Amino acid sequence: MKVEIEKLRFGTELVKRGFAKMQKGGVIMDVTNVEQAIIAEEAGAVAVMALHKVPADIRISGGVARMADPKKIEEIMDAVTIPVMAKCRIGHFAEARVLEAIGVDMIDESEVLTPADNFFHIYKKKFVVPFVCGARNLSEAVRRIWEGAAMIRTKGEAGTGNVVEAVKHMRLINHAISIVQRTNEEKLYSLAEKFASRYLEVSKIVTEETGIRIEEEIVYEHFTIEEIVEGIYEILLDIKKLNRLPVVNFAAGGVATPADAAMMMQLGADGVFVGSGIFKSSNPTKFAKAIVEAVQHYDEPDIIAEVSKELGEPMKGIEKFSETELLQTRGT
Amino acid sequence: MKVSVVGVQGDVEEHVIITKKAMQNLGIKGDVIITRKFGAVSKSDVVIIPGGESTTISKLIFADSIAEEIIQLAESGKPIMGTCAGLIILSRFGDEQVEKTRTKLLGLLDVKVRRNAFGRQKESFQTKLQMKRIGEIDAIFIRAPVIEDVGEKVEILAKFEDKIVAVQQDNILGLAFHPELVSTKVHEYLLSLAHNL
Repeated sequence: MKVEIEKLRFGTELVKRGFAKMQKGGVIMDVTNVEQAIIAEEAGAVAVMALHKVPADIRISGGVARMADPKKIEEIMDAVTIPVMAKCRIGHFAEARVLEAIGVDMIDESEVLTPADNFFHIYKKKFVVPFVCGARNLSEAVRRIWEGAAMIRTKGEAGTGNVVEAVKHMRLINHAISIVQRTNEEKLYSLAEKFASRYLEVSKIVTEETGIRIEEEIVYEHFTIEEIVEGIYEILLDIKKLNRLPVVNFAAGGVATPADAAMMMQLGADGVFVGSGIFKSSNPTKFAKAIVEAVQHYDEPDIIAEVSKELGEPMKGIEKFSETELLQTRGT
Repeated sequence: MKVSVVGVQGDVEEHVIITKKAMQNLGIKGDVIITRKFGAVSKSDVVIIPGGESTTISKLIFADSIAEEIIQLAESGKPIMGTCAGLIILSRFGDEQVEKTRTKLLGLLDVKVRRNAFGRQKESFQTKLQMKRIGEIDAIFIRAPVIEDVGEKVEILAKFEDKIVAVQQDNILGLAFHPELVSTKVHEYLLSLAHNL
C-alpha cells in the first residue's frame, strides 16, 4: 500500500486532545526520581509528572522555581513505559521548547513554578506536544483552550494537601458552564469580549505611555483583539453545545486522600493529578494504589472505605494560607 | 442489542457516543453502557475495550475479574473490539515493555504487539487509511502500538507503511489507532458482526 507522507499530520488538535482523552479516569502522579516513577507505574498511574521537587517542598524552599533538569526528566522517561509530563513556567516558551525537544509527552504550563511572563501564557498551538494548563474559573479555562491547551486542570492550591481550593475551582467552572448553556448567542459574544480583554494589558500600558492608538493592532502573537474574541466565542459555542469543556478537565491542587480523589471525580473531574499527596505520605506504595482504586470506583463508597484502611499518615497539609502564599493567583 | 464499553480508564465516553451514532446509522435499537465492575460484560452482545493506558486498564480488569468475563464472552462468539490499549490487552504476546510492567493480556488475538511503536506523543499523528471491508477512514495514532506477528487465523485489515495496524480473528477486532475519535465506520462494521450472528 502506498502512503503519501504529506498526508501524515503531527500535532493536530485531534492528536493533542486525543492524547489527553486517553488519560481519562486515570491518576497522574508527581514524581521526583526513577524509584518514585516506578512505584507510580506499578500502582496503575496513567502518567507521571517529572519534577525536581514536589509542590509542598517548592513552598518550603522558596526562591524561583524553574523547569526541572532535563537529565532528570530523561532518566524518568527511560524508566517507565507510561507517558511522562513535565512542567514549564507560565509564559516560558523556551523552557517549553526544551521539554518538547527531549520528548516529554505533555507539558504542564504551571503556576506551581515561578511565572516567567506576567502578561501572557505560551501560544500552545505552535507546539506539536500537547499542553495542560491550570484554571480557577471558566474565563481562565477558555483562554487556555483558545491558546491551544489540550487539557485543563483545576489550579486548586498545590502543595497544601487541602482539597478546598480544587473543589472551589471545579464548582465555579461547572456552574459557569451551566450558565453558558442557557445563554443566547448575543450574550455569549459579549462574554467572549469580556474574557478576551485580558489580552489587552500590554496594549493598554503602551497606549497610556504613548497616547497613540492604531488600527488593527496586533495584541498577542499574530492576533488582533477582534480575532481573539472570535476564537473565544467559538469555544463558548462549543461549551454551550457540549455542556462541558471541549477538552478534558482534571482535578489538581490539594488532592491528598482516596476520598478527596473520589469527591473530585463525583464533582465531574475527568481524572486526577496527585502532587505531594503520595510521596509525602508515610506509605507511598500503598497510598498510590489506593488513589488509583478510588478514582476507578469513585461512586462505590464500600471500595473507597476498603482502600482507605490503614494507609498510614497522609501528608500533613496546610489549613490556611495567606493571600501572598497563593500559587493559584499566578497566570490568569 | 446491548453494547458494553469497558470503562475502567481511557476514552470511554468517545466510544459510547460513536457507537450510539453507528447504531442510529444502521437502524439498530439497543443500549450502550459503561461498565466498571464484574457482571455487565457477560450480558452483552458486543464489548469494546477503549484506548487509554494498557498498564492501568489491564491491572483494573484483572483485579475485578472483568477479564475472565471478556474471555468467556469471546468464546461464545460475541464480537469484541479493542482500540490502541484495547488491542494490546486483547493480544496473546507483548513486547519487552509489556513484560517489564508485568501487564497481563487476554490472549484472544493470536498476535504479538509492540507498544509505543511509533515513539512518544510528539510522533503521534493522523492519516487516511484503507481498511479491508470498511474502506477509507481517518485514523488517529496516539503513542500507538503495532502488530508484529500474526497467527494463521488472523486476517490483516489494514497496514500503515508496512506495519500491521488492524486485524480480525473471527469475532475479535483489534486496531492500533482510534476510530472512535473521528468516524462511525469501524463501529458500524463491529455492530454488523453482532447483527449477523
